Amino acid sequence: MAYFLQQLINGLTLGAIYALIAIGYTMVYGIIGMINFAHGEIYMIGAFVSLITFFVLGTVGVTWVPLALVVVLFSAMFFTSAYGWAVERVAYRPLRGSFRLAPLISAIGMSIFLQNYVQLLQGAQVKSLPPVVTGGFRLMETGGFAVQLSYLQIIIVLVTIALMAGFSVMIAATPLGRAQRACEQDMTMAALLGVDVDRTISTTFLIGAALAAVAGMMVTLYYGVIDFFIGFLAGMKAFTAAVLGGIGSLPGAVLGGFLIGIIEAFWSGYFSSAYKDVAVFGVLVLVLIFRPSGLLGRPEIEKV
Amino acid sequence: MDLGKLAKDSALAAFVALILAIPLAGFNTNQPGGNSIGTRWDWVAIAVVVVFVGRFAIGLLPKRRRSDRPPVVSLFLTKHQSILGWVGLGIAIVWPFMPFASQYYLDLATAVLIYIMLGWGLNVVVGLAGLLNLGYAAFYAVGAYTLALTAAYWNFGFWEALPLAGLTSAIVGILLALPVLRLRGDYLAIVTLGFGEIIRIILINWQSFTYGPNGINGLPRPTFFGLPLSARAPSGGKTFAQFLGIDFNLAQRYIYLYFVTLALALIVNLFIIKLRRLPVGRAWEALREDEIATRALGINPVSAKLSAFAVGALLAGFAGVFFATRQGFVSPESFNFQESATVLAIVVLGGMGSQLGIAIAAIILVTLPEFGRDFAQFRMLLFGAAMVGIMIWRPRGLFSIRTPSIRLGETQLGEMRK
Repeated sequence: MAYFLQQLINGLTLGAIYALIAIGYTMVYGIIGMINFAHGEIYMIGAFVSLITFFVLGTVGVTWVPLALVVVLFSAMFFTSAYGWAVERVAYRPLRGSFRLAPLISAIGMSIFLQNYVQLLQGAQVKSLPPVVTGGFRLMETGGFAVQLSYLQIIIVLVTIALMAGFSVMIAATPLGRAQRACEQDMTMAALLGVDVDRTISTTFLIGAALAAVAGMMVTLYYGVIDFFIGFLAGMKAFTAAVLGGIGSLPGAVLGGFLIGIIEAFWSGYFSSAYKDVAVFGVLVLVLIFRPSGLLGRPEIEKV
Repeated sequence: MDLGKLAKDSALAAFVALILAIPLAGFNTNQPGGNSIGTRWDWVAIAVVVVFVGRFAIGLLPKRRRSDRPPVVSLFLTKHQSILGWVGLGIAIVWPFMPFASQYYLDLATAVLIYIMLGWGLNVVVGLAGLLNLGYAAFYAVGAYTLALTAAYWNFGFWEALPLAGLTSAIVGILLALPVLRLRGDYLAIVTLGFGEIIRIILINWQSFTYGPNGINGLPRPTFFGLPLSARAPSGGKTFAQFLGIDFNLAQRYIYLYFVTLALALIVNLFIIKLRRLPVGRAWEALREDEIATRALGINPVSAKLSAFAVGALLAGFAGVFFATRQGFVSPESFNFQESATVLAIVVLGGMGSQLGIAIAAIILVTLPEFGRDFAQFRMLLFGAAMVGIMIWRPRGLFSIRTPSIRLGETQLGEMRK
């Protein structure tokens, strides 16, 4: 029971991180109907920007942890969303209306480019950050096994939920959210009615990248080690989360993210951690076979 | 072009470059001794200046409509496609007998041929059928490991393993693609991308079967109708050199492998050219252009796509065997995402659907890293950037244009628009 509870806590923490990335996939898919393969790399850049900001703060001498966390959060969101914006502007916008494979190939090219860009600039070896937030609660203890709930895990889940609530409100109630939903339904019609489609799509990429940056920061804090290749698997899993929840659906991405996190934690806890990535991939294939529209998604109708 | 507006645009681009460069170029965590950080403001300044000047220069160029006239190179290549193909074949045949053809050059040429084969195989999937396979290395890992494992467990030779490898790879491809082919094409892309990584994880972790990260050594080499090309024959047999009554020379082995690879590459080429003229090849190209219309004409899209995907996997399986035997060794790390990306870059640069263009792209992309270590370091960065750039400026490929397999009436090359 104690072991189960511990895996659940770990799974929820991991799931919060996946959910943040999955929102980026699902929003972009919803609005322009393509998989943004470079999104995992955006998350990786978020992790690097966070790490660099932590180092800079350490050099400058900021030691009060809450201040450092807030500064890193905003720095990561700012710089990473600039990358998200630039990726859309450079690699996707010129291809709107090109043939079907063009944006996908461009996206995978961008992903390769960003991985190697970070590798060349920051080196290939693993980067580590000493623990910033330490301590936690000891929930229960049975038979020598103590269930730990660290402050960091609480922070990760709370920040995730707060951000998601904020963005849900934004999409439901602000003019920007209305424009996004309009573009999602019919881009041409939205443009005719005076919605600036290009700007709306750019904003979508900005928001997606900002959320991925938060995920990157959380992962840097949580694991303390990052490298230039982390975006690949994390992107893959977050995409699985988005598909599981129903791609295009925001609450679906959150639900899918938490589910994937829990599945991964339990698989490593009870079966084998070597094959945890294989398990998540298996989930993706199973969902695509049995329920391609996901848990909360609408089935896709093909129109001529 | 209004210069003031252009200057403003360039300044804006430079400002974005400044923001992008500050964290990742401005600071350097790649320091000896761990948790320290260095700064490189000069790099940021260079990036800003380069972007400003670059944006300004692009703005000054005369505006050209996209997919205007194809460039002179592609027109030339397309016009003289068959002559160039024969010339290329001629060079390929005499290559090993050139005075400069050392073992290094022969080995490199064999590698180029293997990548040409891989490019042609992926071209069936991406260029003809319009499906995106982002884990192509996984299928050629299946081929390479089929050779390695059948040799390790059952003492299979090269020629026994070759058809088996193609078959295994095709079956794996079918099993993987069948569930996702009825969905949108993007799902196939991500599933193959994931599969490419998963197969590597399995090869590394399933140590009792695959020998894990250390890989498998001493793979069999192709024999000449049962005669091994080695210094000593197995008991009771003859080597190739003894059979001909000549002295054994290591170069013979390289030359033989080169010609076997060349022969298979030619067979693959003919196979694809024939396939394109068959109804199934027509169906692939029709599906690529318009799936709904093709379905309305009574073609089953799932089986057509599946056949394209399986042919791609089959050819990857064959190429994998050659890859493994050339190295004499396989390990999971040879089949990472970079491999898949390289083959995809060959297809994209060469021009999706063009056999000759892909061969040229493979020659350039495989030999370029040999020119210098500096280049090898930036190779993947350039491939990624090139894939984006080509999609934007020359989506039909850099070196060639795809000639439609069938067209109505007479058309002139100059009118080739789409």
